[in-house]
Amino acid sequence: MGAAARAPRLELKAISKRFPGVVANDHVSFAVPAGAIHALLGENGAGKSTLVKIIYGVQGADEGEIAFDGERVQISSPREARALGIGMVFQHFSLFEAMTVLENIALGMDEPPPRRELEARVRQVLDTYGLSLDPYRHVHTLSVGERQRIEIVRALLQQPKLLIMDEPTSVLTPQEVEQLFETLRRLASEGCSILYISHKLHEIKALCQSATILRGGKVVATCDPREESARSMAELMIGGSLKALSDKSGAAKGEARFVVASLSAPGEPPFGTSLKDVSFEVRSGEIFGIAGVAGNGQNELMAVLSGETGKGVTGSIHLDGAELSRLSVGARRRAGLASSPEERNGHAAVPAMSLADNAILSARSRMGLASGGVIKAKAARDYAAKVIEAFSVKATGPGAAAGSLSGGNLQKFVMGREIMQNPAVLVVSQPTWGVDAGAASFIRQAMIDLAAKGACVVVVSQDLDELLELCDRLAVINEGRLSEPMAVKGISIERVGLLMGGIHGVGQAGAKPEAGVRRPTADARQPEPAL
Amino acid sequence: MMLAAPVIAVAATLLVGAALFTLLGHDGPGAVYEIFVKTLFNPYRWQDLLVKAAPLAMTATGLAIGFRANVWNIGAEGQYILGGLAGTGVALATLDMTGSWILPAMFVCGILGGMAWAAIPALLKTTLGVNEILSSLMLNYVAIQILYYLMRGPWKDPMGFNFPQTAMFTADQTLPMVVPGTLIHLGVPLAAAVALTAFLVLARTVTGFQMKVVGLAPKAAAFGGFGAASTVWIALLAGGGLAGLAGIIEAAGPFGQMVPQFPTGYGYTAIIVAFLGRLNPLGILLAALVLALTYVGGESAQTTIGLPSAATGVFQSMMLFFLLAADILVRYRIVSGRPAHAGVPAAEAAADTAAKPKAKAVTA
Repeated sequence: MGAAARAPRLELKAISKRFPGVVANDHVSFAVPAGAIHALLGENGAGKSTLVKIIYGVQGADEGEIAFDGERVQISSPREARALGIGMVFQHFSLFEAMTVLENIALGMDEPPPRRELEARVRQVLDTYGLSLDPYRHVHTLSVGERQRIEIVRALLQQPKLLIMDEPTSVLTPQEVEQLFETLRRLASEGCSILYISHKLHEIKALCQSATILRGGKVVATCDPREESARSMAELMIGGSLKALSDKSGAAKGEARFVVASLSAPGEPPFGTSLKDVSFEVRSGEIFGIAGVAGNGQNELMAVLSGETGKGVTGSIHLDGAELSRLSVGARRRAGLASSPEERNGHAAVPAMSLADNAILSARSRMGLASGGVIKAKAARDYAAKVIEAFSVKATGPGAAAGSLSGGNLQKFVMGREIMQNPAVLVVSQPTWGVDAGAASFIRQAMIDLAAKGACVVVVSQDLDELLELCDRLAVINEGRLSEPMAVKGISIERVGLLMGGIHGVGQAGAKPEAGVRRPTADARQPEPAL
Repeated sequence: MMLAAPVIAVAATLLVGAALFTLLGHDGPGAVYEIFVKTLFNPYRWQDLLVKAAPLAMTATGLAIGFRANVWNIGAEGQYILGGLAGTGVALATLDMTGSWILPAMFVCGILGGMAWAAIPALLKTTLGVNEILSSLMLNYVAIQILYYLMRGPWKDPMGFNFPQTAMFTADQTLPMVVPGTLIHLGVPLAAAVALTAFLVLARTVTGFQMKVVGLAPKAAAFGGFGAASTVWIALLAGGGLAGLAGIIEAAGPFGQMVPQFPTGYGYTAIIVAFLGRLNPLGILLAALVLALTYVGGESAQTTIGLPSAATGVFQSMMLFFLLAADILVRYRIVSGRPAHAGVPAAEAAADTAAKPKAKAVTA
């Protein structure tokens, strides 16, 4: 491509950015040649997002300079970034659910052309890159992968020279990931550079030719991911050696302890997913995973299991033979069912309240933090302090506001609060979402330890790697239906991916193998730390 | 800073009030002096202040319990009337009797009357999802009509020369004075005791914790096992019960009978008191005195400098207005931004919001 002869597409020279109390970027320098797929790798809080915001003109750098195609540029707004030829696909989509694909694309443009012309251009982009998307579908009817395609089309319509992808695969099925990679490789072959932000190492190994690893705002390494092992990159990211999780050693034994049978519930209007006939069993000591793309009924299932949703629920939930499905949230807790929802701020914890108060929120009955309706403030402080200590939560103490903790630390506190109540069943959603690698590994180990004591653990997660590492068995939820459970040992990733995408037929005996579906990533299933 | 907002609001009320009445052709600074300063330096007026502040503090304490949980009971006026009426019913039934049990019985029925009136919006909210702001507010007008009906019909004093009012209460039905020779009746220490109790309940009990969590994070409250329906019931029954108690205390205290002029807007003013007191029962005691000052001072300003009687309402409203404005401005700062225009990419807007947390100054 003759890239060597030319200046790099994007070159950062000693970019620094400070926020009160923290240096987000500390003299970050790297270059992305034209047509290259370059990974930006780092833990949460390593400074990836800040750096990308500087490149896309959302924030200004305090020091340093940016060169684009060899020329020094000042990017002070996303509009200027787009004018230069920088496109960006955000991790969180900005789409209006009640509007069509085309309307959403038009809304995202600086100067949208007339509808016919826009439609023609959109169709051309879709054809060129082999993307399937109906411009007249309403967004709320689309899968997450399709929604992401809207964002990609938005970016491609500007014929970018540099496309920034921020954690693009976090909500995709393995098949969708492979489709996305096809598109990105094709774009790169046409000379568009891609800056790919992720912490999923096997994806980076499969896709990128070079990688810059950030830690604590500094570049700690630049490497060729194809020549590194996932483990070596992970250790560069976290700056230490990664502790392997202790072996699960088949603790699952005995009879089913937690039995959910034909659970159905209506979805929250307007776009909620209703649960349809969900059944599963968890044995003592077993970790049971529920995989699936976001929005397929996971939140509804969590709410029905914890008791937060009671209206219109049919079916049964048995714990050690006792029926829980008619009990209140508090009664279920007393019976030994602990839960931790996906959203920490405002759901699992009250940000404006202290950690001691947040301990009262869900541990008051089991841990005796209140008696006769009166709060025992000292007991609450002591319990919070115990959780802080046992789960190495970085906080000033039980009096610290939950909102002052970082995401990972708050999650450690929330998980610790539930686990230290010694529940018979722990139901968690996205236990390590947005949590740094060290904390994630800690939380996973805590769940394994809890299961080893004979408890049942149900993990709902979109992160398939996490489930494969953690669980004994897993099932896939799609549009409110739960597939047959599968043992993780010897599981077929293709099949899980197809189930995630909503192809239910493959679960049945005699289903023909799907032709043309490739393994998402060639080396994905080596034992490697899930990050 | 959240504690500074009420102080800023009161100061702004005084300044703008003075300017406003000057523009209206009155002696503005004089009016402010007359209402807010002179009253304070007249020891004889202090008892008036306490007597006015008692029902305000009591009602506001009840409202604050609900407001903390974002249950907006605007019907304290109606609950106050129904409480007064229920207690009056006891009084009328016991006119020929004596005994120290009568007054407590009136109190209990007053509380129950207010609770019953508040139970209507609670029931509508929990079963049909009716907005409690509207239902509780509209019931105020129903309550007034019930009062008028009873005064002009069944409860009219047969010896009252056809005036629409009940018989005077007997000594056993009237609040005793706690400071002899003054107007300070039993309701004043009772209001203080209610506020202190509420303070302890809110700070130390699971129910108080529930109200706080529901207000701060409704989803976390559901996660913590606090049902939405129980919250609505607790909030409205607490508000209704205390408004009802305030009602019977007014009827059995300063009025000494039930009259059509019984509702004087305490139920509405109590909303201002609750917010000015930061929804904290101890703060409410202080705020009730400030609002009582507008009543007492406003009345004396009518006679001394001929200020219109609406002046009291104007000062009260300004106080709420400035308080809400101060709350907003304490939390946010004004930024002069580019004018938003159609076609700003949604992604950009989202990214901008995410990237500028500084524009929303965080408060303690």
